[in-house]
Amino acid sequence: MRALREAMASLRRAPLLGVLSMTSIGFSLFILGLFGLTAYNIDLALSHVEEQVQVVAYLRDGTGESRVDVARKEVVSFPEVSGVRYISKVEALHDASQELTEFSDVFSNLEVNPLPASLEVSLKPGYRNPDAVRRVAERLRSYDFVDDVRYGRDWVERIFSLRRIAGAASLILGGAFALVAVMLVGTAVRMAILARSEEIAIMQTIGATEGYIRRPYLLEGLMTGLAGGLLAFGLTWGTWRLVDASFLKVSWMPDVWIVAGIAGAALLGMLSAGRAVRKELRGLYDL
Amino acid sequence: MPPFLRNPAGGSRMIRFEGVTKRYPRTGAALADVSFHLRKGEFAFLTGPSGAGKTTVLQLAHMHTVPDEGRVRVSRFSSDSMRRKDVPQLRRRVGYVFQDFRLLERLTASENVAFALEATGASRRKMRQKVQQLLGHVGLAAKAQSHPSELSGGERQRVAIARALATDPLVLLADEPTGNLDRRAADGVFELLRRINDLGMAVLFATHDAELLHRHRDVRVLELEHGSLVYDSAGEEAST
Ligand SMILES: Nc1ncnc2c1ncn2[C@@H]1O[C@H](COP(=O)(O)OP(=O)(O)OP(=O)(O)O)[C@@H](O)[C@H]1O
Ligand SMILES: [Mg+2]
Repeated sequence: MRALREAMASLRRAPLLGVLSMTSIGFSLFILGLFGLTAYNIDLALSHVEEQVQVVAYLRDGTGESRVDVARKEVVSFPEVSGVRYISKVEALHDASQELTEFSDVFSNLEVNPLPASLEVSLKPGYRNPDAVRRVAERLRSYDFVDDVRYGRDWVERIFSLRRIAGAASLILGGAFALVAVMLVGTAVRMAILARSEEIAIMQTIGATEGYIRRPYLLEGLMTGLAGGLLAFGLTWGTWRLVDASFLKVSWMPDVWIVAGIAGAALLGMLSAGRAVRKELRGLYDL
Repeated sequence: MPPFLRNPAGGSRMIRFEGVTKRYPRTGAALADVSFHLRKGEFAFLTGPSGAGKTTVLQLAHMHTVPDEGRVRVSRFSSDSMRRKDVPQLRRRVGYVFQDFRLLERLTASENVAFALEATGASRRKMRQKVQQLLGHVGLAAKAQSHPSELSGGERQRVAIARALATDPLVLLADEPTGNLDRRAADGVFELLRRINDLGMAVLFATHDAELLHRHRDVRVLELEHGSLVYDSAGEEAST
């Protein structure tokens, strides 16, 4: 009760500093929130795409069916591979004319079938990433009857690297804001302690524990952090609504992420306050 | 008998200085090889000219600072094994009174005392009763609701003493408690500390009030000069 009263009093004494501290915590977590939203949606999209990640090996014309059969059994036994489908030249042409109806005339008038036979290799869930895809592609390429190997490598890799870049950028930006937040909260706490130095000196003289002396300042940090976390939540949610309603369907993050974010903000505020209090009170004892 | 007078079992010495030397970074030695002890329930003056080291002695006994050489022992605490987290426990056993009172101006007399009780974890229920009792002890029951600015110097010092008694200390360290008071108020505060001492609490009373010393020749005197203990009226104990 006393701790709460004093924390409020100190926030009232320096409202601007309190608002600044809260805002910087808010922004640091807002950036993290935006990244979380992006990462979450990229992951959703990826898991969707991943199901369709395939490696296609095109075969040289004239490859005997028996050789293909042997190869197929080998490929199925690769640890990454879940299934292999053989598509003959005829099937390929059939598929193509079905898919590209505008060109069906062209396809039906062909004298020679230009499309190669192929093996469509699909991957097990844990292996639908750039590395595994590349590994499987390399092994397929080593068969002498394989002419070319294709996979959605480029854009799978691009999405992954986009995620990495977004992660790094938000870590740097969010980290910078967090650092500013730590300093601002520290300043606020130092000012609060300064304003109460007389009382603190008396408390120390009569034998109040350090925990008792610190409590109001930790609480002040906690409340500042909590307010910052709620601000970040509001900003992130608002941004999401805006984007979702206007140009891009995006999904909201799971509740656990939100709770963790707000709790993290509160913790950040309390830890910054704790750091400042420890530093400030240390000077008052020789011991 | 009030609870603060119940001494724990153990040796008969409340405070022991054993070859204590204290140096400050720029001003040099404040105390040089000082040894003495104060028994449980004993009253002693600590005197000497300005800068002799009186405040330094009291601050060492309060573990506000630590000796550079030697050892300070207070009750069951010792400066060489003291940990930071033990300090509050020691301070609750050792009351401290300042020349300038150090009351919180925005609080009333009773609130100043309650502040100490609350900060050391007294329950709210017991607090009210104890504040009244303490203010009664120092003869200020009638002024419980006054702010320090409405009290005389002597009355303020009484509030400060009541506050120092809040944690039931075994010894009271008083740093020139009468330094800011006129003769009559000073005598009043001295008599109050004597009465508290009569109930069993040890008192170490730093002062350079020559008249006070002169009028109470029965009281033990420890005299410092340039950081050395030059006289102890208890004679044989001076250099042990
Ligand atoms: N915090 C400090 N830093 C540096 N020097 C100090 C400090 N406190 C005391 N001193 C020095 O230690 C010596 C003893 O000081 P102390 O305050 O103990 O004297 P005193 O007997 O209490 O004097 P007074 O009667 O004026 O209060 C002095 O020379 C003083 O300058
Ligand atoms: Mg002094």
